[in-house]
Parts: sequence; C-alpha cells; structure tokens
Amino acid sequence: MAKYRLGVDVGSTHTDAVIIDEKSELIGAAKTATTPDVTTGILKAMQLVLERTKVHSDDIVAVMFGTTHVINAIVQRKGLGKVGVIRIGAPATRSIEPMLDWPEDLRLAVLSDSKVIRGGHEYTGEPIVELDKEEIKKTLYLFKEKKVDAIAVTSVFSMVNPDHELYVKEQAKIIMPEIPVILSHEIGTVGLLERENATILNASVLGVMKKAIDALRNALRSLGLGHVKMFFAQNDGTTAMEEYIMRFPIFTVVAPISNSMRGAYVLTGIPNAIVADTGGTTTNIGVLNKGYPREALEIEIGGVRTNIRAPDVIAIGLAGGSIVSVNNNEIKIGPVSVGYRLIEEGIAWGGNTITATDIALGKGVMFIDDPKCNPKLVSQKISKDLIEKVYKKMVEMLEDALDRIKTKPEPETVILVGGGSAMWPKNLMGAKEVIRPEYAQYANAIGAATALVGATVEKAFSYEQITREKAIALTIEDAKTRAISAGADPQTLETADLEEIAMPYLPGNAVKIRAKVVGKLKF
Amino acid sequence: MILNVNDVKDLAIGAAILGTGGGGDPYIGMLMALQAIEKGKKIVLVDSNEVDDNDLVIPVAMMGTPTVLIEKVPGGEEILGVLRMLEKYYNKEADYLTQIEAGGINSMMPLVAAAKTGKPVLDGDGMGRAFPELQMVTFHIHGVKATPMAMSDERGNAVLLDTIDNYWAEKVARVVTVRFGGTAYIAIYAMNGEKYKKGAVRGTPSLAIELGRTIREAKSRGLNVIDAILNITKGFLLFKGKIIDVSRMNIGGFARGEATIEGLDEFKGSKLIIRFQNENLVAIRDGEIVATVPDLITVLDSETAKPITTERLKYGLRVIVIGIPCDSKWRTPEGLKVVGPKYFGYEVDYIPIEKRIKRW
Repeated sequence: MAKYRLGVDVGSTHTDAVIIDEKSELIGAAKTATTPDVTTGILKAMQLVLERTKVHSDDIVAVMFGTTHVINAIVQRKGLGKVGVIRIGAPATRSIEPMLDWPEDLRLAVLSDSKVIRGGHEYTGEPIVELDKEEIKKTLYLFKEKKVDAIAVTSVFSMVNPDHELYVKEQAKIIMPEIPVILSHEIGTVGLLERENATILNASVLGVMKKAIDALRNALRSLGLGHVKMFFAQNDGTTAMEEYIMRFPIFTVVAPISNSMRGAYVLTGIPNAIVADTGGTTTNIGVLNKGYPREALEIEIGGVRTNIRAPDVIAIGLAGGSIVSVNNNEIKIGPVSVGYRLIEEGIAWGGNTITATDIALGKGVMFIDDPKCNPKLVSQKISKDLIEKVYKKMVEMLEDALDRIKTKPEPETVILVGGGSAMWPKNLMGAKEVIRPEYAQYANAIGAATALVGATVEKAFSYEQITREKAIALTIEDAKTRAISAGADPQTLETADLEEIAMPYLPGNAVKIRAKVVGKLKF
Repeated sequence: MILNVNDVKDLAIGAAILGTGGGGDPYIGMLMALQAIEKGKKIVLVDSNEVDDNDLVIPVAMMGTPTVLIEKVPGGEEILGVLRMLEKYYNKEADYLTQIEAGGINSMMPLVAAAKTGKPVLDGDGMGRAFPELQMVTFHIHGVKATPMAMSDERGNAVLLDTIDNYWAEKVARVVTVRFGGTAYIAIYAMNGEKYKKGAVRGTPSLAIELGRTIREAKSRGLNVIDAILNITKGFLLFKGKIIDVSRMNIGGFARGEATIEGLDEFKGSKLIIRFQNENLVAIRDGEIVATVPDLITVLDSETAKPITTERLKYGLRVIVIGIPCDSKWRTPEGLKVVGPKYFGYEVDYIPIEKRIKRW
C-alpha cells in the first residue's frame, strides 16, 4: 500500500495543496483562492488535488498544514482568549508592567489580570529572592474566580532555571486543572518582555488553534480523511502534530515563509542558498542554511515585540501582481498589487492595469499557460522602450534585496520559487547560479508536505556551574524530548543544528546553547 | 519644561544617536519612564543656570550588562534607594537630579527617579554622549569625586563606596556589579551647584528631545532626516555606503571590532572603516582618519535613519555615518587623557572633527 502525504499551504492570495509519495515525489497539485476564513480555501484545495490525482483517501496517512489561522486571529484581534498573566521577578522587573507597550485594543482583548510576584533567577541560576509561593496560590485562585481561558507564566532567567515557572504549573494543576498553563521557557529566549509577550500571545490563541483544528478535522472527515494525522508547519521549518501545536500555536505564525524555503531545498537538494519566493504581492527573500531557513530574533506580531525565532527574511513589495505606474518619467513598481485580480486587470488579460507580470510577458522572459492570457496585448499597449526600462528596474530591486540578505560578498546560489517567480531572468547579479526548479510554484505546499518533525530549544548556562559537554548534552536531550512530543519517531532523531552563542560582557563564561532536533513522522 | 509622553519617546530616539553605537538600548529605559510618568509625578527639566551654587546635585544611573538588563528588568525603586543613601550621607535632600550619560539607557534613569520623587532634572549631563567607564565623565576632569558612591541591586542590597580616586571607584564598582547579578543602580558624583555648572555638558537632554522630535517630524513630512540631524547637532556627513565586512574579537572583556563600509552615491569608490569598543571610536576613510573619539561617530540605517548599535552591525546593511563634535570639555589635555584616542589604544593625536573634515 502506497503511503501518501497531503501538504497544504495558505498564502495571502492562493491556497495550494499537493500530494507526495513516500519518496517525496510530487503526485499532483492544486491551487485555489485563499478565503477569509482560511478553512474553506483549504477544503477546496484538498478536494481539488484529490480529484486530480485520483489518490484514494485511505492511502493518505498524514496531512501537513502551513496555515495562517493564528496570525490572522492576532492581527484581526478575533477569537482571542482572556489570559491571566503571572510574571515572577519582583522586586526586580516591576518598573515595566506586563503588556505596557502593547497596542491598546490587543491588550484589552487579551488581558484578564496580571500579577508580578517575588522570585526569579540570576543568569547564574541562583534565585534573585525566594519564590513567594503563597502569592502564587492566591493569584491562581483569583484567576480561577476571573475565569481566565489560559495562564501565561514568565520568570526571570527561566531559560537558565525553570523551577519557579514549573511550580506555578504544578499548583495550577491542583487548583484549576482544566486551564492550560503556558511557561515562557518553552516559548522564547533571553529578553524578559519579548519572551513574556510571546508567551501571553501563545496563551491567547490556544482557543483559536483548537477551533481551527476542529474545523480542519471536519473538513478532512468530509473528504473521507477522518483517519489521518494532522501536522502543522512551524516557524523553524519543521512540523509538529496537532496535540503539540495545540499547546504552542504561536510556533505557526510565520510558518508559510519557512515552508517555501524548505520547499526550495526539497526541490533542488541544495542546502545552502538564497531563496526568493515571489507570490502575488510580495517577494520574500531568505537564506537556506543546512537545509533550514536562517533565523532572526525579534519579530513583531500584531504590533507586539516578541523574541520567538523566525526566518530572517527581507520582504519587498514586488511580485506578480505589483502595479506599475509611470509619472513624469519616474517609474514606480509596487508595493500595491492587484493580487488575485491579475487575471482580470492585467494588460495581457485585456485589463487596464500594468503589472509586473505584464512587463515580464512583454519582455518575453515569461510564458503563462492560460488561453485568456495574450502577451501581444502588452506589446500593443506598452512601448518596447518602457518595457525594457521597467524590467531593468524590477531586476535591480530584486538584486538589491538579494544583496542585503547576504552575509558575505561572494556570489551565492539563488533559488527562485513561488507563483510569480517565472518573471525573473536566468542571470542575476551576485548570484553564482539561478535555479528555478520544476514545480517552483508549489514549493510552499511541498515544503509543508515534506517537513520533518522537529523542535528547537534554547537554554542558557554559565560554564562556571556546568561543563560545556554537559550543557550541550542537556540542551540536545531537551530538544529530543520536545521533538518526540511533537510526533517524531524516537529511532530517527538527529541534531540538525547546534549553536553556541556567547553572552557578551558577562563573567563566568555565560552562553546560550540552541539545538534543533528533527526526526521522521511516527505512525 | 514638563516632559510629556512624546518628549520621553523623542528623548529615547535622540539618546540612541548620542549613544554612538553603545550605551545600551534606551527602549527599556523609555518604558520605565513612561510607566513612571503614568503613575507618578511630573518630570520637570530645568536649565542648568537655575542651580544655586550651594544646591546639592546628584546624578543617578545604572551600570552593568545590557544582556542582563533586558532579562532582569529593574524594579524601579533601586534608583530611589541609592539616591536616599547619598542624601542620608550628606544629611541633605538632593535639590536636583541629573544624567551622568546622555547616550543610551542612562538618559532615562534620572527621569524615572524624578517621576518618583518630584525632583527636577537638570538639562545637562556628564558626557554629552556614551562612554563605558565611570571616570569618563566631565565631572571627573573638573575634580569632582565619584565617591561617596551608592550602589544597589533589585533586592535592596546596597553598598556605599569610598575610594582613593575615581579609577578605583570604577574597578571596585565593577566587581560589586557582577556579584549583584550583572546590573547595579548607582548614585555617583554628588556635587554642589557651582561644580555642576562648571563641569556639566550643557543642554544634552533637551538636545536629545529636539533630535527625536525633528526626526519624527521630518519622517512624517517626508523631509530629509539626515540633514535635519546634522543641522541640530552641527554634525558632518562622514559616509554613505553598505557594510561589506564586520569582524569582532573579545579582548580583555570588551567587545572590540571593526566594520568596513563600501561607498555608495557620492562616496562610490571609497571605503570607510569604523573601529569600535562598545562605542564607535575611530572612522578611517581610504586610509585617512576622519573622526576619532571623543567626537561622536554614529551609524544610522540609511532607510529609517535609526541608529545602529555596534552589536547590530552586519554585512549588507545600508548605512549613513555621521560625525558630531564632542563638548569642548573633552578637548582639553585633561579631557583627552581620560577619553582621547590614546586611552582606547589608538596611537593617534586627537584632531577635532571639524578640522579633519576641512583638511579633507
């Protein structure tokens, strides 16, 4: 019996679905318009790909989603849960209350109540002061009375010593066992306010994620896929099963960006390269490092500063649907896009808006397999001279962004993916080679479908307290445990990345160690 | 003037520019000041000329590691504790608070204390920029003693230091800071009004606020932000370009390094090297020095005009480098002995930036 996987990726304009076999070969693909509720578009795309490939639903063993449910809920402030916030750090940390710099509307939507309690640790792991256990219990009873939907707990230097956060979880289990408790050391790294923000956001979207999972489960049932395991793409380019993502939904917020980069790797087999993913509105440019997206700290989610790791990308407002305008010889391209209306408004489709796609068609570098698309209309309406000028500028904008994402001056391999990627030339400045693989337009869904199960853990140590070997082993062990709870087969675990980051200006050899562990899906 | 929420936000932007790549991110300090304003009294900024010769002026600040500060955020009362400790020592309440350091997070600490005590903050500081060590203040070269110096942690542990000179204050305080867990809150260089008026760099807090406001307004009106910054600071455009290399090494506990920038636009074909140690120290264009410490060298993001700290310099960034003349107090032999290029290990003579640029 063949074992197929279904991969789905939700983009801002299109939702893609692919089916791949055990060898990660593409069996078939489908594209539909993304719907406001997300789930309807996913259902349609899955339906379409099943029809096209005629793969029997019984032969599909897993569905891998790269979805925008969570990020949409945060940005639109919709369906968010009320969170009881506990920070352990007093007498330190009181000068900045939790959520002080949040946008007012989001704070009102999320905050039930917050308390700053005595406790927390130094960077060496020793307590700042003794944990105020009575206050913790009192606060939990208060939260129970206030009927919070979830509790977010952040203790100072919990990535060095999580004891005080764990105590809260223990007590909550006794006092209010049905309420989920999210601990910051499982979410983020050094940087109290940013980690706390990420932890609170995670707690607030638990309900959103659960609802999405229920809706997706129903959609699957309607397609005869009630039996499959659901996985969700994570920000770090790995995937995790539904039970795990239900606890850590914040790990999905930028997953679609990682998916296209992982897809670029799977389609080319090139582990180190620059990836440009051109869609309808934006081109995201990131870096593949050992087959995974290079990550950056500090992403803002819905106007809130966080320190969860996300792919380091430069986004430019230049893609397939970008509107081209010329005023007094000045050419402007994007960031406004016609989006999915390209096939009505684009010049080549008989419309009246010049888009980046029209220019590429007019230049003759792009071919679109659509009987309604007539490149001749472009050359009739736009002068050859203007096409040349605009195309040159488009390429310069891309090359400029490629240059900015690089960390060294040497030319690098550039992989082009995404629905709009066909508009780029075969040669780009600063590129050793430019590769646009077959099925480039489905790279994101392929990335989702082929992802390994994984987890990334970052801990902090002082080498005066622990040997380097022990610290590394502990971090990897932690990451392994997390990867297994994310659904990885313990027999297949491997460390995909290990990084040791010195913390400057601290005595006692203080370091952060980060380990990413991946494994195959466990069935 | 009474500082409102916008003034504090503007001050944070201006203080980052005066931080010359170091001084710690003013963001946390800004949030502290904003919360203090919300809950406390008014923050009043007062012209330095209003100080009477016999008034007691106390600078307050934090010292230590930015990495710890962003995790172990201050409690907010520490700064009050050290202030009280010195007041008790002098058996006199402070009449005014002031900044020891205009650049970076320390621009905010006196504001926090002011909001809690209602005491006015003087429009001046002890550096006119950011520097890494306690003796690198203009009060030091004007004969003010760093000690008696009060230090405290978040728990309430406190130390009153008395050292034979200001260099020893730096050495001993550093050790205490480590034992406190990496950060300490200090009241230091207490002095009378007469000494303050002689020793302080005047007008830096209001300059920082004006800088921040001008940047904000220029941005919203689509004007040239860099020109606006140069106008206010009487600064010079040193370079425009793209960072093509950053190398770092850890020497003697300090993060030293250098960034190489390749010229763009009118600087095409030219290269600028910036050497830094916490702060930017020396700028060399095509082999020729164009600016050195104690003049200010600040790297700005060419798109957003946001200052870039030395730990965030990286390949690919498009930057604009500006140089700002330091306060004249640093340009004396006594000043240069403390913060001149030679103190930081560069065997070059200090030549004021405006003279270097003219020769150029």
